Amino acid sequence: MVEYLLILVSTVLVNNFVLVQFLGLCPFMGVSSKLETAMGMSLATTFVLTLASLCSYLTYTYLLVPFGLEFLQTISFILVIAFVVQFTEMVVHKTSPLLHKVLGIFLPLITTNCAVLGVALLNIKKSNGFVESILYGLGAAIGFSLVLILFAAMRERITVADVPAPFKGAAIAMISAGIMSLAFMGFTGLVAI
Amino acid sequence: MQTLYLAIIILALLAIVFGAILGFAAIRFKVDGDPIVDQIDNLLPQTQCGQCGHPGCKPYAQAIASGEAINRCPPGGEATIKALADLLDVEAIPLDAEHGAEAVRTIAYIREDECIGCTKCIQACPVDAILGAAKQMHTVIVDECTGCDLCVEPCPVDCIDMLPIEVTPASWHWRQPEDIIATSKQPLNVGGSSHG
Repeated sequence: MVEYLLILVSTVLVNNFVLVQFLGLCPFMGVSSKLETAMGMSLATTFVLTLASLCSYLTYTYLLVPFGLEFLQTISFILVIAFVVQFTEMVVHKTSPLLHKVLGIFLPLITTNCAVLGVALLNIKKSNGFVESILYGLGAAIGFSLVLILFAAMRERITVADVPAPFKGAAIAMISAGIMSLAFMGFTGLVAI
Repeated sequence: MQTLYLAIIILALLAIVFGAILGFAAIRFKVDGDPIVDQIDNLLPQTQCGQCGHPGCKPYAQAIASGEAINRCPPGGEATIKALADLLDVEAIPLDAEHGAEAVRTIAYIREDECIGCTKCIQACPVDAILGAAKQMHTVIVDECTGCDLCVEPCPVDCIDMLPIEVTPASWHWRQPEDIIATSKQPLNVGGSSHG
């Protein structure tokens, strides 16, 4: 139990996917200009990351390992993740129009994100078990959502702040992201992993 | 060498299976348009009156689907708001007074002896419920009229009244004055006989 809690804390804060491991930077900069879209993106990411780590673990353990084809992990993970997300999107679109409105375009967007493939590959590298894999994916997603929503809230305030002309727009966003990353480095040493 | 063939076969199998399932899902879970918009549109009264600020009922349905308030339809009134709230699983809110009050259902009636035949109300009618030609007396097809008030404004001689109608079909027929409101079922003799 403690071990599972440690995985969550370490992925959310200490080894935060965005600010410490620098994975998934593209949606972090791209979708963070509005709080509302950031929340939609966070939901979709949580969903996809958890699903992706689950599916990639199953594929690796029950398909690639028995045939001795571990070297195919990257390409088969891409296949599996793309398939699962596409399939889920179709089912959600048909069965729950309202949920589809919330996740909507974010689902296909996040499918090809490096954070998603990163979670799958890191799970294998760390030789995580079934539950650990899911928790690792969930933790990575919560960490991503946390910083994305925090950053979106900051950017909303920055847009109305009096920023010096040379720093307006993307520049001040980059700087704040850097400072945020520095702040998250402070969590190093919170738990030993 | 064996590993190479195995790798190719496994990958090809994965791709074929996934492709087949996706292809099946594309047919099985096919969505025609945006179903929620159609469902909302079905609940709206189809008066096409534009009091909600949109050019018709369908655009308002799309606006509701993308998050607009459900209380901007005066012709639909409380009943429509309640139905929409049930469909969308949100709280029913009172009618937004800014977009007009809920009125008794009315239909347009043209006082035919005052009508100068300008065709302005025909152009205003969103459902083509007004019959007439230039310099000829116009009349309203009761079955088609949605009571949207849009023809009242353009009439230069103010000869259009909005008459309240009863809600139950039985009493409505009983009260219908035969010789005043012409319909397509009794087209020509009405205006002539009663008003000369």
